Amino acid sequence: MHTKTLAELARGLRDRSFSSEELTRHYLERIKRFDGELNGFITLCEDTALAQAREADIQLSSGRPGPLTGIPFAHKDIFCTDGVRTSCGSRMLDNFIAPYDATVTARFKQAGAVMLGKTNMDEFAMGSSNETSWYGPVRNPWDRDTVPGGSSGGSAAVVAARLAPAATGTDTGGSIRQPAALCGITGLKPTYGRVSRYGMIAFASSLDQAGPMAASAEDAALLLQAMAGFDPRDSTCVDRPVDDYSAGLNNELKGLRIGLPKEYFGAGLDAGTAKAVEAAIEELKKLGAEPVEISLPNAGLAVPTYYVVAPAECSSNLSRFDGVRFGYRCENPRDLEDLYKRSRGEGFGPEVKRRIMIGTYALSAGYYDAYYLKAQQARHLIADDFKAAFEKVDVIAGPTAPNVAFRLGEKVDDPVTMYLSDVFTIAVNLAGLPGMSIPAGFVEELPVGLQLIGNYFDEARLLNVAHRYQQVTDWHTRIPKGFE
Amino acid sequence: MQWEAVIGLEIHAQLATKSKIFSGASTAYGAAPNTQACAVDLGLPGVLPVLNEEVVRMAARFGLATHSTVAPRSVFARKNYFYPDLPKGYQISQYELPIVHTGYLDIELDDGETKRIGITRAHLEEDAGKSLHEGFHGVTGIDLNRAGTPLLEIVSEPDLRSAKEAVAYMKKLHSLVRYLEICDGNMQEGSFRCDANVSIRRKGEHRFGTRAEIKNINSFRFVERAINFEIERQIEVLESGGAVVQETRLYDANKDETRSMRTKEEANDYRYFPDPDLLPVEIDEAFIEAVRSSLPELPDAKKARFMQQYGLSAYDAGVLTASREMADYYEAVVEASKVDGKLAANWVMGELSAALNKDGIEVEASPIDAAALAGLLVRINDNTISGKIAKTVFEAMWAGEGDADAVIEAKGLKQITDTGAIEQMIREVIEANPEQVEQYRSGKDKLFGFFVGQVMKASKGKANPGEVNKLLKQLLDE
Amino acid sequence: MALKPAEVEKIAHLARLAIDPADVEGYARNLSDILAFVEQLEAVDAGDVTPMAHPLEATQRLRPDAVTETDQRTHFQACAPAVEAGLYLVPRVIE
Repeated sequence: MHTKTLAELARGLRDRSFSSEELTRHYLERIKRFDGELNGFITLCEDTALAQAREADIQLSSGRPGPLTGIPFAHKDIFCTDGVRTSCGSRMLDNFIAPYDATVTARFKQAGAVMLGKTNMDEFAMGSSNETSWYGPVRNPWDRDTVPGGSSGGSAAVVAARLAPAATGTDTGGSIRQPAALCGITGLKPTYGRVSRYGMIAFASSLDQAGPMAASAEDAALLLQAMAGFDPRDSTCVDRPVDDYSAGLNNELKGLRIGLPKEYFGAGLDAGTAKAVEAAIEELKKLGAEPVEISLPNAGLAVPTYYVVAPAECSSNLSRFDGVRFGYRCENPRDLEDLYKRSRGEGFGPEVKRRIMIGTYALSAGYYDAYYLKAQQARHLIADDFKAAFEKVDVIAGPTAPNVAFRLGEKVDDPVTMYLSDVFTIAVNLAGLPGMSIPAGFVEELPVGLQLIGNYFDEARLLNVAHRYQQVTDWHTRIPKGFE
Repeated sequence: MQWEAVIGLEIHAQLATKSKIFSGASTAYGAAPNTQACAVDLGLPGVLPVLNEEVVRMAARFGLATHSTVAPRSVFARKNYFYPDLPKGYQISQYELPIVHTGYLDIELDDGETKRIGITRAHLEEDAGKSLHEGFHGVTGIDLNRAGTPLLEIVSEPDLRSAKEAVAYMKKLHSLVRYLEICDGNMQEGSFRCDANVSIRRKGEHRFGTRAEIKNINSFRFVERAINFEIERQIEVLESGGAVVQETRLYDANKDETRSMRTKEEANDYRYFPDPDLLPVEIDEAFIEAVRSSLPELPDAKKARFMQQYGLSAYDAGVLTASREMADYYEAVVEASKVDGKLAANWVMGELSAALNKDGIEVEASPIDAAALAGLLVRINDNTISGKIAKTVFEAMWAGEGDADAVIEAKGLKQITDTGAIEQMIREVIEANPEQVEQYRSGKDKLFGFFVGQVMKASKGKANPGEVNKLLKQLLDE
Repeated sequence: MALKPAEVEKIAHLARLAIDPADVEGYARNLSDILAFVEQLEAVDAGDVTPMAHPLEATQRLRPDAVTETDQRTHFQACAPAVEAGLYLVPRVIE
């Protein structure tokens, strides 16, 4: 069952080849069998999942099921889930049973999907390797000594290992696409504002966006359909009709102009990865796409810009974790200041503290103009590069990550090197564009991701390109050894 | 040494919306702790703010009423600091681009002169919760019901030169926000709060001195006292060779003094930056025009009209238009009674205001409503009762003994206008006081008042004073 | 920009983070590396480029002034570390 696509599963459920309860049990068993090693889940929701499955089975037999009715999925532990611990990968929220549902959570519930559990992630989504989680690192199913990428590392690993047919992720600087690339799955970060951020614990509000992680573009389209749409509770969520993401999957690519930014193929890109990405572009050419060399002259500014903007926003967003109304509180605080400092000092891990401090510094008196304001200007330059590029091309293609999965512990003591893992993904968040990573081959048995970047609200076209590519390749159907 | 005070006020007016500025929780005052603090107000992980439309409209009303610019584009910013009544660790406020800026308010000084006070800006922000210290053993309890209540912070230019001017400005502003129906002005409940920036400088000096900020003064009387105390304190400091320290001070009403707030805290570094959860607020011309057309008659215009329409003095018109409720009451009295505007003004500002003050109630809650007072004035006007008797009737009406006619009837206070009866009383008085009659007739005119008094006394105050005067003159001069 | 341990302590205080004294050096090194890295931005000639705070050029949506929330105190306080009589408790605040 776990090799089927979401559409196939949905068909199986509808024609009663199997029930949602059977399907759910199948995945729960796989999780129990394999996840001890992978550590992809923080919280498993066996009882509620089975209850939801039985509920879905009633829906399925009553004859009015939706496309996701009875379909199990894994939910990144950054989305609030009423009555279920929502830890955000942090000791700070280890005891936090969320008292409400995120909009995305509510949409999945309404669609009749079955939540298997909450997936592991870098603490507060700050990391590119899933090593900053309070719950320990996630292992990459393709090579258990390597990282799955981050911050949605748990979601990527469990989908890759087929412990869940699909998962949610969030992407602030590459947190859906980079782990999707490193784990050999399909991940899509939608346009900023396409999916509600309400109830999704904020890291950097002007960059965060939720999206689907699945085995294929076809599956991602189904998930995105459920996630996307206007939410009056999020001021930054856009009130604009949602496209039918499945409708155009098979459109011809003939004449499609694919921009290849020369900055994405230069120094810093691993040779094997470059080869795989180039081969993928050849495939797209065969499908009728026309490559166009483009330039994003300010691409080099993206990572430094991001490491001012994101920490600045996070330093403020994470102030609410103060040990007063929810979350971790230190033992026997001497006074109020001690309560704040120790609750936060003990509740947050080192990378979160680093980013809070960088952000605090960048916003503080005397440094604001030099750091924050300058970064906001650079952000404009970066966004303008894309604007100019999309005058000439329909989509942009390149590598998702500069390398395949690296070894656990390899970059953990060197933040700046770690930050460069997202060198190709970060600019997309700064500009607010949709971006996608799809499997495009292997280097030494580790997956390579092809990144596709679209114009604003052009998710349907990205899915179309990805799907056509996946019709002529089989990278996305490969399952890591031992998980078949 | 001649010193001059330089004062600027920051007024926090809670906007009278039903729901909070960024959430759908109620703003009603006095609920059980934390029952009106929703997920957004509590700053739960993942929640987001959405701006209340009414808050923007109210700010625009204020802007138009103070001749200010209502900004076509304004931006919410986060003011970052840690405090238990501030759930998110930042307050959503406006910093570089406030919704209203550059306006003014004219105030009346004691000498009748008008002074123009600049309004630097008025920006929207969210209120904090409350810390409760009593009743807990060594701990503080936090109630977040107030968190997220909309505030308009109105910042004046440092144009005020005395505590009296500051109070006049504050009162004018208080009246204005109530006219505009954007704030209930309830100072006890903290709906209208004031911080005062006070510095002094030598007369003739153009530069400002170092200022102290006095926080959270919650009555007009305290504002005056706190500022006066602070001016004196600063003069003392400077005259004894010291220097004023820039600091935040607290006014202690019990001791009638300001004192430095313990500030082991480092100089505040609020790290303001645009709130990424909110987008720029854009206000177009159509919105502004709609707001403009819905504005009520404002105090200054109403005052001018009262002077013109009712023949009132500037002072009387000013007092009557100080609050919209009082002005409405006054106009209702004139309308219903058709009496002279001045007579109505005297009663509203005199007996009525005194009674309201004495019982500590607002005009809306007056036991004598406008129609009832009009009924009384009608009886004065048609000579049923004298002005003096009317005061007795008013008291009875205030005590709930019925309307004017009922009281007059029940107490038999109807004026005696029958000239025969009055003449009879006058003759009796003349007979009883031959000596005074002699003196009067030999030129001691002042004694006329004595005879009036005696006649009024004999009539138990009910004789028509005009008739008494007329007949007395005739009979004495016989 | 190399941060000295004293500056790290100052920032940590502003952010209300207790840092183990033994870790201050390490943070000073990491943070200095990060700052040195982002200082590439100094070289950017941004001229009068408008700072970009949001990815989309949208404006704030307004919601009607209506009370839509009900009392959920018990539910919300279930995850609170210390509550009494409906109030959140913190160590005594001195004013």
